[in-house]
Amino acid sequence: MSALKTLTNGLLKENPTFVLVLGTCPSLAVTTAAINGIGMGAATTFVLLFSNIFIALLKNVIPNKVRIPLFIVIIATFVTIVDLVMQAYTPDLYSALGVFIPLIVVNCIILGRAEAFAQKNSVFSAMLDGIGMGIGFTLAITLMASIREILGNGTIFGIPLLAEGAKTILLFIMPPGAFITYGFLIAIVNRMKKIYNF
Amino acid sequence: MAKKIKSNIWTMSLSLFLFSAVMAGALGYVYSITKDPIDQAKAKKVNDAIAVVVPAFDNKPTEEVIVVEPGKLEMYPAKKGDELVGVAVKTYTDKAFSGEFSIMVGFLPDGTINNTAVLDQKETPGLGAKMGEPGFKDQFNKMNPAKNKITVKKDGGEVDAITASTITSRAYCDAIARAYNEFKKQFVK
Repeated sequence: MSALKTLTNGLLKENPTFVLVLGTCPSLAVTTAAINGIGMGAATTFVLLFSNIFIALLKNVIPNKVRIPLFIVIIATFVTIVDLVMQAYTPDLYSALGVFIPLIVVNCIILGRAEAFAQKNSVFSAMLDGIGMGIGFTLAITLMASIREILGNGTIFGIPLLAEGAKTILLFIMPPGAFITYGFLIAIVNRMKKIYNF
Repeated sequence: MAKKIKSNIWTMSLSLFLFSAVMAGALGYVYSITKDPIDQAKAKKVNDAIAVVVPAFDNKPTEEVIVVEPGKLEMYPAKKGDELVGVAVKTYTDKAFSGEFSIMVGFLPDGTINNTAVLDQKETPGLGAKMGEPGFKDQFNKMNPAKNKITVKKDGGEVDAITASTITSRAYCDAIARAYNEFKKQFVK
């Protein structure tokens, strides 16, 4: 696979959220405001990038039978680094994302890419894959969060779009709205995939 | 390409041990450099909230803190010169829609609420999370728990609940009541 293909793979063709349907827990839970989508996406991309690089780098010294625990040790280390750094320098974003930062450890996208890609490929390809998948995830959850924020709260990135006191569809900001939005987006993306054959 | 090492009891235990040791070391280092900024960020949040909820003061309320329940219920006396101008009470409720939230309530020396501020909450965005907006929280200003009935109108009180968020509104009143109880014990003679 060429470098460009590895990089763009995660954007649409194998988009982690809409096509692979991995990491749905944060996709459903944090997408109540567009800014949360970007914050969660950036944190996940960072972890994905560095865990991919490290796993590709160390793949020859990782005994096959204990690879999963070792992957988790590597991933958990980077998640804890993100957790501490966010707490120190972006406390507002940290309190908005709260419990979902430590839960990046068990985000299937990260372990999935380690298992399916990083441990079989070179460091450079693993890095590109991490960036591509991370951006794909970020775009997907930011899109979802924007739709939910506009319909449910009448704002986008906190900027009001409607007149003061106008009625919004509160359902979209609540958990059922997450499932509805997610379902429609998966359907649209897969239909588009068929039509345009990407 | 170098050959992948085989899985046997020695390589497995050694790799697990080495990986954990190196990663623990790395985390220890990150913790040591982020510790101060984290403490500062937390202190700044508390100080900002104190400044919002009590009238102007010139002492350092965080240094005279009266701890009732560590981290949850704490009182910060604000003084100008030697005179007490108000008390900021960090309080919490466990009756919130999503577990707990904590707010800062500022009392004047006679028990009147000066202002309130939300410290930490995870209520539903667009619903309960509106408690931090002036439309809801400013109605408490100038109320005195000794004279006014601080419960929502549905429960016979004087507080307008947030539309469709009665639980959050009740929880806010509960947090204020908890703060006032402690304030009364310590400062009202």
